Amino acid sequence: MMMQAARRRWMGVLARADADAIAARLAEAPALPRHVRLRGPETGLVMTRGRQGGDGAPFNLGEMTVTRCSVRLADGPVGHAYVAGRDARQAELAAVIDAALQDPARHKALLAVVIEPLAEAQAARAAREAAKAAATRVEFFTMATMR
Amino acid sequence: MSGLTPGFADPVPDAQAWFRALLEAMARPGRIQRVAALPQAPAPLAPAAAAVLLTLADAETPVWMDAGPGAEEWLRFHAGCPLVAEPGAAGFLLAAGAMPELAALDAGTEEEPHRSATLILQVAGLETGRGWRLTGPGIGTEHRLSVEGLPGGFLAAWAANGRRFPRGIDLVLCAGDRLAALPRTTRIEGAG
Repeated sequence: MMMQAARRRWMGVLARADADAIAARLAEAPALPRHVRLRGPETGLVMTRGRQGGDGAPFNLGEMTVTRCSVRLADGPVGHAYVAGRDARQAELAAVIDAALQDPARHKALLAVVIEPLAEAQAARAAREAAKAAATRVEFFTMATMR
Repeated sequence: MSGLTPGFADPVPDAQAWFRALLEAMARPGRIQRVAALPQAPAPLAPAAAAVLLTLADAETPVWMDAGPGAEEWLRFHAGCPLVAEPGAAGFLLAAGAMPELAALDAGTEEEPHRSATLILQVAGLETGRGWRLTGPGIGTEHRLSVEGLPGGFLAAWAANGRRFPRGIDLVLCAGDRLAALPRTTRIEGAG
């Protein structure tokens, strides 16, 4: 279960990062072995579903474009990636890193050099955008008292 | 997960080429078809048999196979098809070892005979020009086909399969990168 939660986190970070950012971080990590493409990268549509109010009957929200890729490193592990959009390079890079992160010998270095900086940048951007949005927040209670 | 190999190098055109070859094979029973695009199939799958499965199997076709966990994992990954343990419940069957009993497979119904199972059988060799004399729809006068590695009672089982028409099992024979088909309407005479 721990492994699954950790993997979900790094796959999410890779899916939210763009290809150039991933490649820039990967360039500073120890070189990875060659990989073969098992499937893709290929682009298709995925139906996203929602629930009214979070617990109502499920309904189809709409289709989104998703690119997926599965690779196998020369020394064994298989990595998968599903990323939003049409960026085949991002999907392949994410799949390669997912494969390498499952290898205990590479896990720690890759996590520190690739995943953590990307996660920090994403968290900083999210905080920046949240702050920007918060500045325009309307307090309805305040408006009532201002009249 | 470590033994996975790629499927078709270019999935869409390769699967279309194999589908075309299967149509040709079914329309001309006993004629051997070959396609250059072969998948990297895990042993003991023959390349042609693996290509036929990749072409035909999808999420809506239950598949039965006896080729071991490596091949099952490979097929599940690339085709996304459900694998069943009971031969009678399968839409497509792949037999790399002993041939399942034809009488035990899903032969369709009188109303919907096209819902029957297709058996993909790996054999040791396929040669035209000698051996069995094939007659029936799709054959002008006769085709000759020699098949190596079939079980002893095959001809009797095949004759019984033909008598169930319109119900019945269709057969795809694969050897290496070659395939030939025997639809249920083909009659076989003589020794293989």
